[in-house]
Amino acid sequence: MNEQTLEIPGTIPADAANPVEPFLRMDRMPHIWCPACGIGTTVNCFTRALIESHANLDKVAIVSGIGCTGRVAGYANLDSFHTTHGRAIPFATGLKLANPELQVVVYSGDGDLFAIGGNHFIHAARRNMDLKVICVNNLTYAMTGGQTAPTTPSKVISATSPYGVFEPAFNLVALAEAAGASYVARWTTFHVKQLSRSMEEVLHKKGFCFIEVISPCPTLYQRRNKMGDGLDTMKYYKQASKIRNGARTTECDMTKSGEIVVGKFVDRERPGYFELLNSQMTETLGDRYAEPEVMCEQC
Amino acid sequence: MAKGFVAINVERCKGCGFCVEFCPTRVLTLSSAFNTKGYHPPNVLAAEKCSGCDLCGMYCPDFAIFGARYAR
Amino acid sequence: MHADPKGVLTGVHFLDGDHACCEGTLAAGARFAAGYPITPSTEVVERFASRIPTVGGVFIQMEDELAASITIQGAVWGGAKAFTVTSGPGFSLMMEHIGYAAMTETPCVFVNVQRGGPSTGLPTLPAQADMMQARWGSHGDYGIIALCPNSPQECFDLAITAFNLSEEFRVPVMLMLDECVGHMTEKVIIPDAATIDVYPRRFTHLPPGEFRLFEPREDKVPDMVRAGDGYRFHVTGLTHDERGYPSMNVETQSRSVTRLLEKLEPLAGERALSETADLEDAEVVVVSYGITSRVAQRAIDMARQQGVRAGKFRIISAWPFPEQHIAALAPRVRAMVVPELNLGQMVREVERAVAGKCKVTLVPHAGGTVHNPEVILKAILEAAQ
Repeated sequence: MNEQTLEIPGTIPADAANPVEPFLRMDRMPHIWCPACGIGTTVNCFTRALIESHANLDKVAIVSGIGCTGRVAGYANLDSFHTTHGRAIPFATGLKLANPELQVVVYSGDGDLFAIGGNHFIHAARRNMDLKVICVNNLTYAMTGGQTAPTTPSKVISATSPYGVFEPAFNLVALAEAAGASYVARWTTFHVKQLSRSMEEVLHKKGFCFIEVISPCPTLYQRRNKMGDGLDTMKYYKQASKIRNGARTTECDMTKSGEIVVGKFVDRERPGYFELLNSQMTETLGDRYAEPEVMCEQC
Repeated sequence: MAKGFVAINVERCKGCGFCVEFCPTRVLTLSSAFNTKGYHPPNVLAAEKCSGCDLCGMYCPDFAIFGARYAR
Repeated sequence: MHADPKGVLTGVHFLDGDHACCEGTLAAGARFAAGYPITPSTEVVERFASRIPTVGGVFIQMEDELAASITIQGAVWGGAKAFTVTSGPGFSLMMEHIGYAAMTETPCVFVNVQRGGPSTGLPTLPAQADMMQARWGSHGDYGIIALCPNSPQECFDLAITAFNLSEEFRVPVMLMLDECVGHMTEKVIIPDAATIDVYPRRFTHLPPGEFRLFEPREDKVPDMVRAGDGYRFHVTGLTHDERGYPSMNVETQSRSVTRLLEKLEPLAGERALSETADLEDAEVVVVSYGITSRVAQRAIDMARQQGVRAGKFRIISAWPFPEQHIAALAPRVRAMVVPELNLGQMVREVERAVAGKCKVTLVPHAGGTVHNPEVILKAILEAAQ
């Protein structure tokens, strides 16, 4: 036990340890995220999901893009890749195709995945590439100072919309469903139990899975819009969220301070990439088809 | 006798208040003391109410607190 | 290590450069390619798409070059030998990821079948105007290796060399064809797999916990690893230390980024690949590469017939630039003539290496077709005066 714990009544067992620590590169703590940023909360949920799903951690790879959420890869004690802005998904595609035994998780932010990375998101969903995409949506480009993102709701003040956003914002869950995702869910950082369960579900599900997590960015998004601090935002999530499993994703738009529809919206079966590849090749090539053996030899 | 316990890493805490707010049995309160970074870490107010549910641990963005059930 | 026979189409073939290049990648052990179609490079991946399902591997056509150039890197970290193929406009799109490969020391191959530029340019016609871009196209200080084949046979041979060098130096390698070499059809001899040397990926022998992904060996190159083997490694494009952890400070920048260039130094010297002839008594040396070297050969022959002692220095590894060879040659000759299918790119490197010790004459060509050998001959004759 760390000697920095407070003296508290009741004993702490000598072997007590924070269950999240084995999943983190503890030699890199403390992390860079702001007070009350929700990203760390999502990491706790992801850790619980990994534990509950009995995942072989040697076979879980995590790929992030650039941004605050993109830093998750650097803290995760897994084979982890901090790639270029918007391109976590194609990198993850290559990783998965080279070694299909890997469980490949893409963990990145809304700007990274849906602005610069938008094209790659829709194609991976179209292909039903076996990737688990966790998008922490703080409705802004946080790392660079809180600029307008495609998810920033109308009327919100941002660093590049000082007079208020007027562009319509993307509805990420509708986009994911339309592009072909096999699993689509949205939670907020308030919904830690449900989020963990969703993450656990996708670790068991084959195909392109998408989980959107609405998260506070108190330093930039909430502060500029005088929405209080992180705790105020969590209380807003609690009060404004309506769990509607199976809701129509097109009716789940995010607004500046309105209702937040959360839940699991899509859970369907679509043929996987390798299934389609192998079946097509076998049909046309018959015996001549050689199943992919992509990895090069160890010497 | 409490069913669970909570352990707090004082120096990691950034005083966000999530654990205090969302503990279902109101075990915690925000301390008036400071850690070396100037944040108010949580304090255990009512240890006997702790069920060890670890909701505090799940909420904490800084991995600064966790709860666990006492082994039977 | 010898080539895996599954990928080697042993025999005497009649192939164009693009097709021969594809066979070279298969012989080298590439079992993953991602691409996006662009003239005049598309045939390389079209053939790969056709061949790989019976060899055993994956081809995926990605949605753009931005994706293709990083998908191959994901595949490399998954344990594959991988490459992508493009031409000018696609090469420009790939620049960020070439820099990422250089920074993360990801061994992979980028094939650029050069065409007229800039911008959309001349999609079906040759040029050699991406040579500087191959070296400097991405931001920041980094190094790459670039090879220039001048025949379909060399497209095959140098594709293997490209993979071998990428594994040896843990660096992205640019295979710089041009539309002429890519679309010309010639005899290509593909030997037995047992006679083809393939450089194996230098996977570490250290156990997890001890291995550091960016800790260099004595040759300044670190060992490799792949995902799924329990190493729990981290790869980032941020300036990183030997563990691969972001370490954004002056000291790490100086140490780590400098090494990216230093590890390639042997290729600027004794490891440089080139083909020379008639240098012993040469008064004028024609320095060329790619398709232009074949036209230059005609000009050299014509010059010799006219009594001018012309010699040949054909650049095969263009980057790192073979500066030691050129610098050693300069004081021994009167002039170097540099014909290239651009308005002056590699000539600058020649001038730099020569450092004034002999005359350097550029024979430029904006692109679209090859030089007329008479033009190169004229330059040789003038330089000899």
